[in-house]
Amino acid sequence: MQYLVSVIFDTDGLATQDEMAAIDAFNERLEAEGHWVFAGGLASPSSATVIDNRGGEALFTDGPFVETKEYLAGFWIIEAPDLDVALVLAAEGSRACNRKVEVRPFL
Amino acid sequence: MSVIDVREAITQAHREEWARVVAALTQRFGDLDIAEEAAAEAFATAVERWPADGVPPNPGAWLTTTASRKAIDRIRRENKRGDKQKEAQMLYDDDPPEPLGAIDDDRLRLIFTCCHPALAMETRVALTLRMVGGLTVSEIASAFLVQEAAMGQRITRAKAKIKAARIPYRVPSAEDLPGRVSGVLAVLFLVYNEGYLATGPDTDPIRHDLTAEAIRLTRLIRALMPEDGEVAGLLALMLLTEARRTARVSASGELVTLDEQDRGAWDAALVAEGHRLVRERLATGIAPGRYQILAAINAVHTSAHDVRDTDWSQIVALYDQLVRLDPSPIIALNRAVAVAELDGPEVALAAVDRLEDKLSGYHAYHATRADLLRRLGRSHQSRAAYDKAIELAGNTAEIAYLTRRRDQLG
Repeated sequence: MQYLVSVIFDTDGLATQDEMAAIDAFNERLEAEGHWVFAGGLASPSSATVIDNRGGEALFTDGPFVETKEYLAGFWIIEAPDLDVALVLAAEGSRACNRKVEVRPFL
Repeated sequence: MSVIDVREAITQAHREEWARVVAALTQRFGDLDIAEEAAAEAFATAVERWPADGVPPNPGAWLTTTASRKAIDRIRRENKRGDKQKEAQMLYDDDPPEPLGAIDDDRLRLIFTCCHPALAMETRVALTLRMVGGLTVSEIASAFLVQEAAMGQRITRAKAKIKAARIPYRVPSAEDLPGRVSGVLAVLFLVYNEGYLATGPDTDPIRHDLTAEAIRLTRLIRALMPEDGEVAGLLALMLLTEARRTARVSASGELVTLDEQDRGAWDAALVAEGHRLVRERLATGIAPGRYQILAAINAVHTSAHDVRDTDWSQIVALYDQLVRLDPSPIIALNRAVAVAELDGPEVALAAVDRLEDKLSGYHAYHATRADLLRRLGRSHQSRAAYDKAIELAGNTAEIAYLTRRRDQLG
């Protein structure tokens, strides 16, 4: 079973050095214990482009698809047998990156 | 066997076996929705068949077998429709059966799943009453004053989340157990309080259906986890509160406060059972949690045959202990009520006034102030506080009481 752990943040600014070190340590643990699938940090929402090609001609729009105060700053995809395990890992991830996270199961 | 006897047997089987049937089927088929529907169908079949065929010698086994057949029928029907995702989405438990001793009961798994912290509190309450308590969706909806369709949707969404996010069907590990048990107790306490302090202009001041259901479910958890102190504490708290239920509302539907209650009308058997539980916990010598302290406070109250015999210094000492565990303003307010008896209304009023920032929207804050001001002879301020309390109160018996008190001011 895979879960998306989204990192939620509300101000500009990248992770500090301490946060990066904690994230690295957490990632290594995920790999060692077989939970690691993928992870990444994202550039700020203002760097996003929205594309709509449903009409045959691709329309490009500058900016994120929805303007919100809180935005997706990064994510993990983890492998866990059930939600209890995913919640424990997500709680550790939140502490490591020092941000709120959301857990959502893949179909 | 008469029709009435059969009906009684079905009611009894529903009370005793519903949770067991749902829990056993969830364990076997890995799906709450299938378990719930099949259990409901099995009981409907009993209503149809038992009057003609007679009540089976082992109703629980009959119901579980019948429900299992219904579940298999449904799974076959759905498999024919090619619902291949079903198996992948099933609730599952890949741990080998653990020797859990006293707490290895499917019903306990069911309770922990329904009270999972990833579900909203109101959802946990609804799901627990449906799956464990066996209340119908319409009963739960009317208990919480919401539309039946909305309540049905809340339960359906919860079952879908449990399945999609794979909330496990198991008793939490020893490490997580205390936190998770306290989550379950919070659900049961909320159900009890909703019954005991029912709100709404058209609602009975005490909803015995809800208080009784909360006690029944807490007894079940107590039977499943007899060593847990807080489970015992919550059960004792409910029993000692329930014991005073009939004395708490007058014939005219007005709240009767503890000091004015006819103590002879208290239920002596419930008081005795509550006291036994409190003594049992004291004897362990283990530091008590929140519910055990609240139960002990209620044990002191119910030990006094006359309000004048109440050991207020003991009650204040217990509140001091509680404040250290739970520094909430509501606990501080209740402590002040006890302080008024020990050190006088002036000292208590000063303590209550310090809570204004946090509690000015809470009717009991104003009701407590009104009473203290009345005792200090400050009628004008007391009246204003009663007005505010009446405006904020939701319980009909309490409004009637506060109104009379206000109107009696000189």
